[in-house]
Amino acid sequence: MHNFEFVKPASVAEAVKALSAGGAQALSGGQTLMPTMKQRLAAPDVLVSLTGIAEMQGVSGRAGASVTIGAATTHATVAREAAAFYPALAALAGGIGDPAVRNRGTIGGSLANNDPAACYPSAVLASGATIVTNAREIAADDYFQGLFSTALDEGEIITKVVFPIPQKAAYVKFNQPASRFALTGVFVAKFADGVRVAVTGASNDGVFRWTEAEAALSADFRPEAVAGLTADAGAMIGDLHGTPEYRAALVRVLTGRAVAAA
Amino acid sequence: MPKDSGIGAASKRREDVRFLTGRGVYTDDLKIQAQAHAVMVRSAVAHGRIVSVDTSAAAAMPGVLAVFTGEDFKDVGGNPAGWLIKSRNGEPMREPKRPVLAHGKVRHVGDAYAAVVAETYQQARDAAQQLADDTVIEELPAIIDMKAAAADASNRVHDEIPDNICFDWGWIEDNRAAVDAVFAKAPHVTTLELVNNRLVPNAMEPRASIGEYFPGTGDYKLTTTSQNPHLTRLLVAAFVMGIPENKLTVVAPDVGGGFGSKIYHYGEEALVLAAAKKLGRAVRWTAERSESFLSDAHGRDHVTKIELACEKDGTFLAFRTETYANVGAYLSNFSTATPTFLHGTLMAGPYKVPHVYVNVKTIFTNTAPVDAYRGAGRPEATFSLERVIDKMCRELSLDPFEVRRKNFITTDMFPYTTPVGLAYDTGDYHATLDKVIQIADVSGFEMRRQASASKGKLRGMGLSTWIEACGIAPSHLVGVLGSRVGLYDAATVRVNATGNISVMVGAHSHGQGHETVFPQIVAERLGVPESAVEIVHGDTSKIPFGMGSYGSRSLAVCGVAMNKAIDKIVAKGRKIAAHMLEASEDDITFADGKFSVAGTDKAKTFGEIAFSAYVPHNYPLETLEPGLEETAFYDPANFTYPAGAYICEVEVDADTGKVDVVAFHCADDFGNIMNPMIVEGQVHGGVGQGIGQALLENTSYDENGQLLTGSFMDYAMPRADDVPFYNVDYSCQTPCTHNPLGVKGCGEAGAIGSPPAVVNAVIDALHRGGITHVDHINMPVSPGRVWQAING
Repeated sequence: MHNFEFVKPASVAEAVKALSAGGAQALSGGQTLMPTMKQRLAAPDVLVSLTGIAEMQGVSGRAGASVTIGAATTHATVAREAAAFYPALAALAGGIGDPAVRNRGTIGGSLANNDPAACYPSAVLASGATIVTNAREIAADDYFQGLFSTALDEGEIITKVVFPIPQKAAYVKFNQPASRFALTGVFVAKFADGVRVAVTGASNDGVFRWTEAEAALSADFRPEAVAGLTADAGAMIGDLHGTPEYRAALVRVLTGRAVAAA
Repeated sequence: MPKDSGIGAASKRREDVRFLTGRGVYTDDLKIQAQAHAVMVRSAVAHGRIVSVDTSAAAAMPGVLAVFTGEDFKDVGGNPAGWLIKSRNGEPMREPKRPVLAHGKVRHVGDAYAAVVAETYQQARDAAQQLADDTVIEELPAIIDMKAAAADASNRVHDEIPDNICFDWGWIEDNRAAVDAVFAKAPHVTTLELVNNRLVPNAMEPRASIGEYFPGTGDYKLTTTSQNPHLTRLLVAAFVMGIPENKLTVVAPDVGGGFGSKIYHYGEEALVLAAAKKLGRAVRWTAERSESFLSDAHGRDHVTKIELACEKDGTFLAFRTETYANVGAYLSNFSTATPTFLHGTLMAGPYKVPHVYVNVKTIFTNTAPVDAYRGAGRPEATFSLERVIDKMCRELSLDPFEVRRKNFITTDMFPYTTPVGLAYDTGDYHATLDKVIQIADVSGFEMRRQASASKGKLRGMGLSTWIEACGIAPSHLVGVLGSRVGLYDAATVRVNATGNISVMVGAHSHGQGHETVFPQIVAERLGVPESAVEIVHGDTSKIPFGMGSYGSRSLAVCGVAMNKAIDKIVAKGRKIAAHMLEASEDDITFADGKFSVAGTDKAKTFGEIAFSAYVPHNYPLETLEPGLEETAFYDPANFTYPAGAYICEVEVDADTGKVDVVAFHCADDFGNIMNPMIVEGQVHGGVGQGIGQALLENTSYDENGQLLTGSFMDYAMPRADDVPFYNVDYSCQTPCTHNPLGVKGCGEAGAIGSPPAVVNAVIDALHRGGITHVDHINMPVSPGRVWQAING
């Protein structure tokens, strides 16, 4: 790791200002950035910690309507405190990594990084959540733009995420054996006006909505409704852990299991 | 009633107190005054010609003390292979020099070609990066696939070896024609092509070394993560650095796991010594985890075709194998023995098969060196045999239990000489098979299968019966087979004047529990409390000599040496007692810590005898030396032959391909048991590693020689929830006939016997589930591979 300056602002405004400096990099839980720096693959001059900003912390909600999560809230806190509002989201948070990861990693960090195998993007996209930044509100459908790529501008900070609460939802993850990131993960959310299905881990383009399944499940919310569908293997990842065809099959299997669990 | 101390007691591991409370002292924990830090500069390409290394900028960077390149070591000796293997045509193996730092060419990703020493670690890393940037390497096509490497004379890992073949070994070559003749007219032949997957050892503690040089005396000291400090001293001193052995001390303090990977001498050890001498300061190096992945000696990596000839009733007639074994870019110290004499000699298994022929071609590739890893050759032999037997049973619709029974060597046949050159002294393979069938509740399997089916899971059961040769090894035999060293061991038992005891052993404990078990034996023999006995190991300046710990040899070889030294202590004690008790030596008996005159109540305690030996006021000084300290060397008469039977049950999720090991039963024969708790722990660890190999661990190089699985993000190690609660039985005991402790060794058993049991169970599950077109899946049997096999 190279030497760097470290600042820990107490407000979003201070953080935005600190991030405007050359070579500055936002740091939340550090679960991706720190290993990258240790391997000398990243060498920011200034790390701007976002974990000391009170307005970016915590979980609040209105039952049956929405739950709002501060961007610097850890997975462990979400697992604990969102359970009353949105059990499927809380369960997802409780299944990320291990206790050490969950007590450092944050939802904002995960979404800003947009790892194609991360869990949170599927919940945000399937829920139709709103990403709130220091500058604007971004709809989930507009936010994810491919592997490690998002709608965020340089220096823009996610401050919170607002999730509409579905009638039914579940997340089913199939672990990559080594990292235990999602080899494929499917989040299914049933709202009054239809079903949304978001898939992480599987696609070369990152998290995506499986619209064929959404249509089938909006008409008939049972596992059998997707049993005959085939996810398109053309866009799926092929690597050591599985072929594109395998991932496509997992998308279908896990979607059915998520519907059963919802 | 179980004993609470001594031989056979489940004494708690005394070393665990310091390990579990963070008080172990590992190489990297040692801080030495004025120490400097070394960082290795490693190749980013698999194969390349070093065009130029410009050290000037790196050398001028802040804190940099010295820069080394391959040029600095081009005249020192090479790190040798410990076994000379001859090819079928009688030619000796091709043995390219393994330099301290790569010179001329780099031959695998991670091959160190330079090193930087600086005041701080960060300064050394900065300069190492600069040096890498200032190095020109002309990349050459990588040689990765073994069969392609052997077929292509134009692209060479070592320029002087045209076909990349180290040797082409036949075992036993004279039997080849007879074996071929059996196959030609056999009623049934089963053929299986399989891969024994390459494994990265991943000891919890990465390799680390500290070099020191003392200009006042000219002495060197190497503190290093080694399983065998004396062997390291021999290699560094006599072969690589040219230091007299008596001017080099090698210390291996607490070592956090080895599994074979820390048997060998590595270039970093020579580098820190050379740097220490040049700078007059201690120089330290500790591997990062990513360096461990790239530069530790890997394990396994065989591609094998095995054929089994049998009668229609499953009676074995012959086995024949052709194996390509990867040695990587250089020959590591045991790398030529592992695929040959630790593999081919086990290819008869526990079976009375009359004909066996083994062919092994070892191939150089642009990958990390491959060497012994827990089990070392014996897991490869067992996997090939037990998988092909399983396939044969399916082809002929035979019961796998009955086929084993039909072919087992029986108790009336010992000593039994196999067609691959070993003489099994004792065993009872029916007993362990019967035991495992009992403890696994085989008769209840169908009910369990239906319960799994009701959850949507396919359940299968896999059997493996295994044997290994351990307690390595008789020196005269291994000498005939090509070993360049002897494989005895040594121990000194030093009874102090106050009656407590220090035992200096050549075995090295890096997790095994020697500090607990060896005192149990001393306590039993001398009638003292275990707590009065301390084990000293891992320091060539303190211990008499030793060949280290590997091959399940510590107890069966070094333990026996210690036992011999105890015999000498008792013999001397009787002489002292005879003098003190004014009796004839012949009348002195020793039991329960007392020397007594037979038929009288006259006695002296062991402590009184010890005190007298050091305060010899009433002592036969004219005929007996004072002191009570004895050393013994022991060279075993034969290998030991632990054996056992394992049953694994799995559940397979056919939709996702996920395999869960839901039960694992072991019935092992380790001979006499010194500490049952430690035996169970060894079996747990071995089976855990075997399940890791079978289901999870995948070392994958791409066609350019880049290691795709170079971190725990992609290389899956078994975690607690990947393994079941083990059911371990060791009540079947046929004591080893040629060592006085009757012990055989248990360290590698689990890793040897478990992989075929797991894979056999997966294939069984698929067949019982109606998926009958899958007769083999290569390890690791990952979810993706299972799904692909089902749907492919």
